[in-house]
Amino acid sequence: METYYNPEDLSKFSSISEGAPELWKKFSEWYGAVFAEGALTEREKSLIALAVAHAVQCPYCIDAYTQACFEKGSNKEQMTEAVHVASAIKGGAALIHGVQMRNAAEKIGM
Amino acid sequence: MDDTRSDIGAQGASNPFDASLLGSRLFPLMSSGVTVLQVNMGRLCNQSCRHCHVEAGPGRVEVMGRVTLEACVNILKERRYPIVDITGGAPEMNPNYRWFVQECLRLGCHVKTRTNLTILLEEGYKDLPAFFAGSRVEVIASLPYYLPDETDRQRGEGVFEASIEALKILNSFGYGVEGGLALNLVFNPCGAFLPPSQKSITEDFRKELKKRYGISFTGLFTITNMPIGRFLKFLKDSGNLKRYMERLKSSYNPVAASNVMCRQTLSVGWDGSLFDCDFNQMLGLRCDHGAPDHIEDFKGAELEARRIVTGLHCYGCTAGAGSSCTGAVA
Ligand code: SF4
Ligand code: SF4
Repeated sequence: METYYNPEDLSKFSSISEGAPELWKKFSEWYGAVFAEGALTEREKSLIALAVAHAVQCPYCIDAYTQACFEKGSNKEQMTEAVHVASAIKGGAALIHGVQMRNAAEKIGM
Repeated sequence: MDDTRSDIGAQGASNPFDASLLGSRLFPLMSSGVTVLQVNMGRLCNQSCRHCHVEAGPGRVEVMGRVTLEACVNILKERRYPIVDITGGAPEMNPNYRWFVQECLRLGCHVKTRTNLTILLEEGYKDLPAFFAGSRVEVIASLPYYLPDETDRQRGEGVFEASIEALKILNSFGYGVEGGLALNLVFNPCGAFLPPSQKSITEDFRKELKKRYGISFTGLFTITNMPIGRFLKFLKDSGNLKRYMERLKSSYNPVAASNVMCRQTLSVGWDGSLFDCDFNQMLGLRCDHGAPDHIEDFKGAELEARRIVTGLHCYGCTAGAGSSCTGAVA
């Protein structure tokens, strides 16, 4: 079955360099530096990436950072909690807009 | 199993691992002199773990006999290799196990004995912690994770609980406690991914095992799952083989390659066959390139300068921080 998302494509990420090699080079260097150990550990950064991958619902990133999280020493419990954090923020962000709805309703209501 | 040998153990010009070695000026891979004699006492085991490269289990009949063990002792006498690494299967199930340990100690060798822990609770083996402590051997114990689910999924129902009990017993005999005897744990990933950094996962184990069970240990070795035996079957059945092999290959680390354990190890199989390592042993790749491949034809000088038999599976030893029977190597 043809789909827009193909797992094989994850390993073809670098082919995007063909259109703009300089930009790809800059992106790769920056990306690498972002995930290197700093004030946050590599493990913490991978968990953040996994959570964000869920928030932006990117199947490539979910695939890649599930593996990365394991390889940085996280376990399924911790990874599940990270996904809940992302979901809570997404859900909360939707819900707090309910205040806008209430404001709007207030305004146009009698 | 035969197709396993042909695709994973692939050698010769078609073996990309040799090309990687060439690129890091390590081809051909040579022994740097033997310091460890690794003795695989047989494939008999009380467990049948899903990741086992030996495909060991209670039904296996391949057990090293007394004659071969005596030949190992003679080699140690002649060549004075400082370290003996005893593995299996569950090596303790070999009827000559205790005798062999004592012979090695008599020769002044440092003895490392690998244990799956659960065997220490079985009838006929409960005296082993006292035996270990009395002989002051180093104990290397498998514990893939500090949580029950991950451990049991890999090693079988109830293994975690029994392993924890055995670790408490070892602690009570002075193993893994401060100033005590050496108790090293072995971590391996519960799936098709590389192990985390040895340092960071050791800290996790130390904290969690202490907090949850009051257990302490000396050190922890991270070991990469090799694409051999039951783990290879899992990779194939789960559709992970291609990706896992690519992961291993793309993580090739020349520093790890220069420190692969086969360069200091000679591995003896249950029937006296000689191998560069326990993994080659399970693939049936005996010592070659002119070196003797059986203990009956043992020639120390030749084996200590032998060329190693390599294959695709060797990427498992050189990925990331590398992997050996004593953990990361880079
Ligand atoms: S991994 Fe170890 S304990 Fe498990 S079956 Fe293999 S030899 Fe036995
Ligand atoms: S599997 Fe590892 S230890 Fe064995 S021959 Fe290959 S590199 Fe050496």
